[in-house]
Formats: sequence, C-alpha cells, structure tokens
Amino acid sequence: MRTAFLASWKVRFGLGVLVFFLLLAVFGPWLNHLLGLDPQANDTSAIARPPGGGHPLGTDQFGQDILAQIIAGARGSMYVGLLGAAVSTTIAILVGVPAGYHGGRVDGALTFLTNIFLVMPVLPLIMIVAGYLQGTGLTTIALIIGFFGWPGGARTLRAQSMSIASRDFVRAMRMLGERGRRLVFAEVLPHLSGLIASMFLGAMIGSVMAEAGLAFLGITDPASISWGTLIQSAQQQGAVLRGMWWWFVPPALCIALLGTAAAMINFGVDELANPKLRVARPARTPRRTRRLAQAGGNR
Amino acid sequence: MAAATLAAAAAARPAGTHRRWGLLGRRLGFYLAAAWSAITLNFFLPRLMPGDASGAIIAKLQSVSGQQMTPSQLEAIQKIFGDPNSNLFAQYADYLKQLAHLDLGISISSYPTPVSDLLWQGLPWTLLLVGVTTVVAFLLGTGIGALAGWKAGSRFDTIVSPLTIFTSAIPYFWTALLALWLFGFRLGWFPLSGGSDANIPSGFSPSFVLSVLRYGALPAATIVFSALGGWLLGMRNMTVTTVREDYVLLAQAKGLSGHRVLLRYAARNAILPNFTGFALALGHVVGGALLTEVVFNYPGIGYLLYSSVQQRDYPVMQGVFLIITLTVLLANLLADSVYILLDPRIKEGA
Repeated sequence: MRTAFLASWKVRFGLGVLVFFLLLAVFGPWLNHLLGLDPQANDTSAIARPPGGGHPLGTDQFGQDILAQIIAGARGSMYVGLLGAAVSTTIAILVGVPAGYHGGRVDGALTFLTNIFLVMPVLPLIMIVAGYLQGTGLTTIALIIGFFGWPGGARTLRAQSMSIASRDFVRAMRMLGERGRRLVFAEVLPHLSGLIASMFLGAMIGSVMAEAGLAFLGITDPASISWGTLIQSAQQQGAVLRGMWWWFVPPALCIALLGTAAAMINFGVDELANPKLRVARPARTPRRTRRLAQAGGNR
Repeated sequence: MAAATLAAAAAARPAGTHRRWGLLGRRLGFYLAAAWSAITLNFFLPRLMPGDASGAIIAKLQSVSGQQMTPSQLEAIQKIFGDPNSNLFAQYADYLKQLAHLDLGISISSYPTPVSDLLWQGLPWTLLLVGVTTVVAFLLGTGIGALAGWKAGSRFDTIVSPLTIFTSAIPYFWTALLALWLFGFRLGWFPLSGGSDANIPSGFSPSFVLSVLRYGALPAATIVFSALGGWLLGMRNMTVTTVREDYVLLAQAKGLSGHRVLLRYAARNAILPNFTGFALALGHVVGGALLTEVVFNYPGIGYLLYSSVQQRDYPVMQGVFLIITLTVLLANLLADSVYILLDPRIKEGA
C-alpha cells in the first residue's frame, strides 16, 4: 500500500509541492536572512521595479522585495491553513463520528446542528463576525474559518462511521464490554484515518483560500504578512491597473499551486481507494511501450 | 419474491405518497427551526461582542445626521442591537416584534434610508447575475465532465481534467482581477465597474437591458469560469465510475449508439450527486457573489455587505445577513421538495 501510494505521479507531485511549502513556512525567515533579503526593508533606489537585478521578483510600490514577501507570506498562509484545518477537522470528528456511531437521538441532535451550520452562508457570516471583532490577526481569522468550516466534513464522517459501527469487529468489542467512548475513539476512529487525512488536506487549502479572500475584502490586519494580504496590498495600490504583474501574480500562483497539490494528492488517493476510478488505457499502452522501446534503442 | 414486491408496491402507493408528504413536512420543520436559529444568532451577535453595540450605533447616527435622535428612534435601535438597561428576554420579544414588522432599522452610512429599502435595491441585481451564472456553470461543467469521464484516458480527458484541477485552485477574486485588467482595462471591451450605464434611466427600455447585459458579461464570465471546475470534476469521476456498471455494458452490447448510452444510461445516474450539489449552490446564489460584486463594484447584496462592513454600518450588516440566510433556506427547501417529488427512491437522510 505504501509503495502504491507513492507510485502515483499525482501523489508524488502533490506531496513534493506540499513539503516544499511547509519547509518554506518553517525556514522562510532563515532563508530570507541567508539570501540577504528583508520583507520590510524599503529600497528607495528600486521602486516598482520589474524582476531582475538585485530583486529576482521585482519590487512593489514601496521598494519592498517581492520574493522576500512571498517567502515571509508562506508562513502566514500555511499557519492559517494548518490552524483552520485543525480546528474544523477536530469539530467535524467530534460531531460526525459520535452521530454516526450512536445513531438515534444523539444522531438526530448532532445532524440537526450540522445541517444548520451547513445552510449558514459562511463567508458573509465570517465577514460580519470579523466586522464586530475589530482588528483581526491571523490567529483570529484562522479560528473563525475553522469554526464555520466543519459541517461538510462532519456529514461525510457521520456516514462512514455509521457503516463501520455496524461491522462485526465493533459488535464483538461491544459484546466484550468495552466502553462507548473508547469504542468510538479507539475502534471506529482509526478506520477513518485515511478519510480524515484527506479531509484535513482539503480543509487546509480551503482555509488558505478563505484567508486570501478575507484579506482581499480588507478584513485581515494588514500588518500580518500572508499571500492574501500581499494580493490585497497589490490591489489597493492599483498594481493591476498599472500592469505590475510581478506583484500580484506570484502570490496567487503560490495559492493555486498549493491547491493543485492538495487536489492531486486527494485525486491520487481516491484512485487507489476506488479502483473503478483508475483508468485503464488499452489504446495507449502499446504506443507507450513502443516509445519506451525506441527511447531504449536510442540510448 | 418479485411478485410480492410488486404487489406490495401497488398496495403501498397511496401510503408512499403520504410518506413523502410526511417527509416534506419534516423538512419544512427543519427549515423553520433553522430560520429561527439564524434570527436568534442575529439577535445575539451584537450582544455577545465586546462593547455596547447600540450605544456605538446611536453615537454614530447622531454624528452623521448632526441632530439628537427622537426617543422612538432610540428605542427602535435598542430593540435590534441591545439595551443595556433591560433584561434579555424582554429584548428578544421586542426584537422579534420589530422583525415581524419588517423593520430592520436605519442605515448609518446612507442616513436616513431604511435598511429594507437598500436590500430591495440590491436583491434583483444579485439574483439575476448569480442565478443565471450558477445554472450556466452547472450545465456546462456537467456536460464537459460527462464527456471527459466517458472517454476517460483519452487526449481530451488528460488535458482537460488536470487543467481543471489547476484552474479551480486559483483564488476566485484573482481570476476576476486579471479578467478586469485584461478585458476591461487593456483591451477595453467591457466597462470597469458598476451594474449598468449611469446615464440610462433604469426600466424595461431596450437600451437599459443592453447596458445591463454589457456590464454583467465580464462578472458573469468570471463566475462561470471558476465555478465550472467543481461540476466538471465531480461529473467526470461519477461518469468514470458509472461507465463500469453492468447495465452500461449491457446497453453497449445491445449495440446502442454511443451518445444514447452516455445520455440515457450512464449520465442519467452519474448526475445525481451533482444535482444535490446544484441544489446547495442555488441556495448560495444571494451570498455567493460577495467577491464578484466587490471586484466589479456590482450594485448587489454582496457589495452592500462589503461596504457596510467597511463603514461599520451594523444595521445594514445584520439586515444583509438575515436576508442571505433566509434566501439560502428558502432555496434549499424548494430544491428539497422538488428532489423528494422527483426521485421516488429517496429516503430520510439520503
């Protein structure tokens, strides 16, 4: 299974990108230091300069280096992504698994709660909550995103744990007299770990994108550096209308790349878990072998 | 066995109809409860936040209008946003009473327009723009997805599917900004902001309709572009799974034409999850276009919310949230009812 997991090029690509950005988030400030870059420094001799020279990705309106800001922003964005995903996945587990496992009245109450959160319009709600809480740093934003982002995951987990709860090994453990809470978290939950991992990944990129959206709407505290606040300041300074593409393209590209990576991993895992999705290519195999044979011959 | 099931089905027909109406009644109960909790959330939101919300609003209103407020106006604001001197239950009863009269208070930023007037002005714009684009994106995405899944592994599929994964990972507002820069600013094909030409009076004149279409084209295109991916990938994967089913193989073995097998056999079943998603998406028509409306300065509900948050116009914020939630609930109820009546196999919880 483990080797099969890495054999898919989609998974390998996705994991590679993900690890790259995680490392960037952890070691970013150190890397900036190493490269002699400072995201806050204003180089007055190079204002709004396109890529090249001492600034590999150019500078913004205030002479700040874009590359340094992208590297520094990775930490902010990944922090919101991980914290938001951790909060929403935890709530989803705490609501979804007991609902599916216990059924009956517990299920009724928890499903009701889930459905109410599911039909709440999340983005407007976050905007209003953030509007009341004046001054919102990255942690607050991540907590709000996580708090409103769980119902979809809870629904999936409920359906899955419902089916696991009725399997023989769970019945056997129950007959042996194991406690309810232990049954839920020690017997049922481990069987959901794959699903939870992919949910976490989805929630992470969801949080990164939500943060970017909220930053764009001017809700995030502009002092905190993330890819979202980078795009927002570019937008505010009219970078789009002035054609300063090196300012607003790279941060969005980073977000898109991260999103693609998460989607690729989930896609690859889906194909492994559900063999029906794996596409047989009878027409292509001969061609590919022929090409391989040719390549081998040329070498 | 089969005969017994048939007989039971025949006998159960009236009972089944009853069951379905009972199911509908239960869903209606849920939506009423959800509407109640949204209204209650709206009640508690300003009261839970630090500081005295109503005091801040009154101070702001007085500084905007430049005059003392009448006692009845003061009372109306305290009913919605909390009166520090009265108990919570009395406040709640007053709040509900006020809502029942559709009184959402007065806007701070555009004093003295009532909030409900602002909402009525914005609603048609949003409903039209997002309603149309949601339907178009659904139809287009599902169609292309079915084709890609049908010919899974073909050149079309291997190009379109990974490309879609990438495009649907791009933040929406960035797509919109780029489109605005390229088509609005550089090429000048479309106007940069607004919902219609300000020089043409609104009404059902041909010139006004044309101007609405011209102003709406770019926002609509960006919404379709970024919403397409989700439908496409979902439908593609469902089709790939469905195509392997025995009944599809049987249809092919019978020698039916390709498009007939795809449309009448595979796609018909593969579309069901997408349809559920479509029902949910319809619910988010009013609140979903927040970013679109902000980028294009489109005069809808989303822009109203954005500007009210910017100006800390709490009465408008609350009114917008209430109307967005209620339309979400209404759309979901409608979609649910249609779904229950359409698909006889549906059961509670499915």
